[in-house]
Amino acid sequence: MDLNKLFKAMMVAVPLMALGACSSTSDSETDASGSTSGSSSSQYGNGGIETGGAGAVLSPAEQQRLKEQELRRQNIIYFDFDRSEVQTENAEILLAHGNYLVENPNVRVLIEGHADERGTPEYNIALGERRAKAIAKYLQGMGVQPSQMSVVSYGEEKPLDFSRSDSGFAKNRRGVLVY
Amino acid sequence: MKNLVKWFALACIVLTTPARAALDIVITEGVDQARPIAVVPFVWLGEGPAPASISDVVMSDLARSGTFKPLDTRALPQVNIHTARQFTADSWRNISADGLVVGSIKPYGAGQYLVSFELIDLVKAQLQAGKGPVAASELLLESRETVINANQFRQYGHRISDVVYEKLTGIRGAFLTRIAYVVVKQGQKSPYHLMIADYDGYNEQMLLRSPEPLMSPTWSPDGRRLAYVSFENRKAEIFVQDIYTQARVLVSSFDGINGAPSFSPDGKKLAITLSKDGQPEIYTIDIATKAIKRITDHYAIDTEPSWFPDGKSLLFTSERGGRPQLYRVSLETNKVSRMTFEGEWNLGGSITPDGRSMIFVNRTNGRFNIARMDLATRFMQVLSSTRLDESPSVAPNGTMVIYGTTHEGKQVLAAVSTDGRFKARLPVGQGEVKSPAWSPFL
Repeated sequence: MDLNKLFKAMMVAVPLMALGACSSTSDSETDASGSTSGSSSSQYGNGGIETGGAGAVLSPAEQQRLKEQELRRQNIIYFDFDRSEVQTENAEILLAHGNYLVENPNVRVLIEGHADERGTPEYNIALGERRAKAIAKYLQGMGVQPSQMSVVSYGEEKPLDFSRSDSGFAKNRRGVLVY
Repeated sequence: MKNLVKWFALACIVLTTPARAALDIVITEGVDQARPIAVVPFVWLGEGPAPASISDVVMSDLARSGTFKPLDTRALPQVNIHTARQFTADSWRNISADGLVVGSIKPYGAGQYLVSFELIDLVKAQLQAGKGPVAASELLLESRETVINANQFRQYGHRISDVVYEKLTGIRGAFLTRIAYVVVKQGQKSPYHLMIADYDGYNEQMLLRSPEPLMSPTWSPDGRRLAYVSFENRKAEIFVQDIYTQARVLVSSFDGINGAPSFSPDGKKLAITLSKDGQPEIYTIDIATKAIKRITDHYAIDTEPSWFPDGKSLLFTSERGGRPQLYRVSLETNKVSRMTFEGEWNLGGSITPDGRSMIFVNRTNGRFNIARMDLATRFMQVLSSTRLDESPSVAPNGTMVIYGTTHEGKQVLAAVSTDGRFKARLPVGQGEVKSPAWSPFL
């Protein structure tokens, strides 16, 4: 039980740490590309000496890793009405999640499937599950182990947008990756 | 100025509504076709003020049935009568009504009351008025008296409505019934509430509250238990709960979907949807032994099973034809036949208690409404005209359907008669209300 709690806490802590890393790195990227004037420690008292610094030069692999870290912050995949195919515009986001899961085989992800409010609640549960499973299958195709993934469908029971407009429906037709 | 009037009107509504029950009805269509009926306020034959009014319950029941339109009591020619013996046909000669209900309430020992009522055949009385005196007993369609406890006034009112309705229509009344439904109050720590109430929204009681979704409540044939889906363990599971003892049993918790429960007519099994083998399929599960039997086998979605009244086959929703449509599967042969062809989608179906028609959700031109199809002629009629209609549940006498819909951006319950003529909305105070289920006769 306690171990389970610790594991859950880590599940929260790991992405948070990743977020932290993300924001600080993007700052340094700005420094590297922009001016260096902001890094002066003091204008007086050091004999008028000013120091400047440059951001670390990132290898392509590191850049890719950071980009994926950024992409992983997007954990929602949207679907068309009554459809459960993963759209190509989501490929980059899912690639980021997939690579992360392949590199970290101990990390588990819960894939939630959701539907908009049209149709019946019971049919929407089935539709939500098919969407979540489509994401799982996509990730499995990238080498993610089935044991790393679990799937739950909430159908139309947990909408994000309550407006019941077309744009609201579009926001509710989604799969969510929860670490 | 216009705004001021609006605000004033709103203030009036707000100020006059608090006394209403959680689920009060707004009849939106069908009053014109209703048959007039006279209900004389029941006479209190005791000391001091009357403990409760029964005739108010009877009047609102008859109005809610869509079949009757009770006359304004202020327009009745005789109001202080409580038996047919006090009735004078001459006074009523200008009143057009199918029947006249009179009655009385009398103290009967500690905390008990004797309630008497009579149903007078007003049409017969008027026809015979010119032919000389008629014995009161000849005009009586019904006459009963019963001793009730102080907490049984509403219940006995519904019983009287049942008797009056059946006498005048030949159809059993469904006023002594309940509804189960789900209320979602966003922002609360436990937003999901499973509720039951009398069919008219009174005596609302919470059966379960959960931080995770509750779905698909459905009644056992004896009206004693509810089956429903709960996500309390972060997955869909089917529970059966006794509404009197509160005892809960976890019936189905396989991998994937455990959903859409429906009690068999003998109350021993549930038809359910399980996706443990990949895609959603229809199964039956024995509630006592938990033994399951797979009924359908198709790679498309199969869900929403519902029993035919004879218990020999199931109606269900399947996407095997490309879009959700209704199908029938025999439990003996597992043979499947398609039931619906009209409209873009047809789903969430159930067979009416007489076995003659089917009530379901129809999608035509992108609109979701409640529809009925005659099983013999295959004639389909769209009944409702509200928005995003779902979860239809038929009253045990087959006259009315309660369903979930959207009104002014909120999920509410609505009702429509199975002939489509009477339409009503059941507004609520707080939260979204959905997944109604009408109980059997109690």
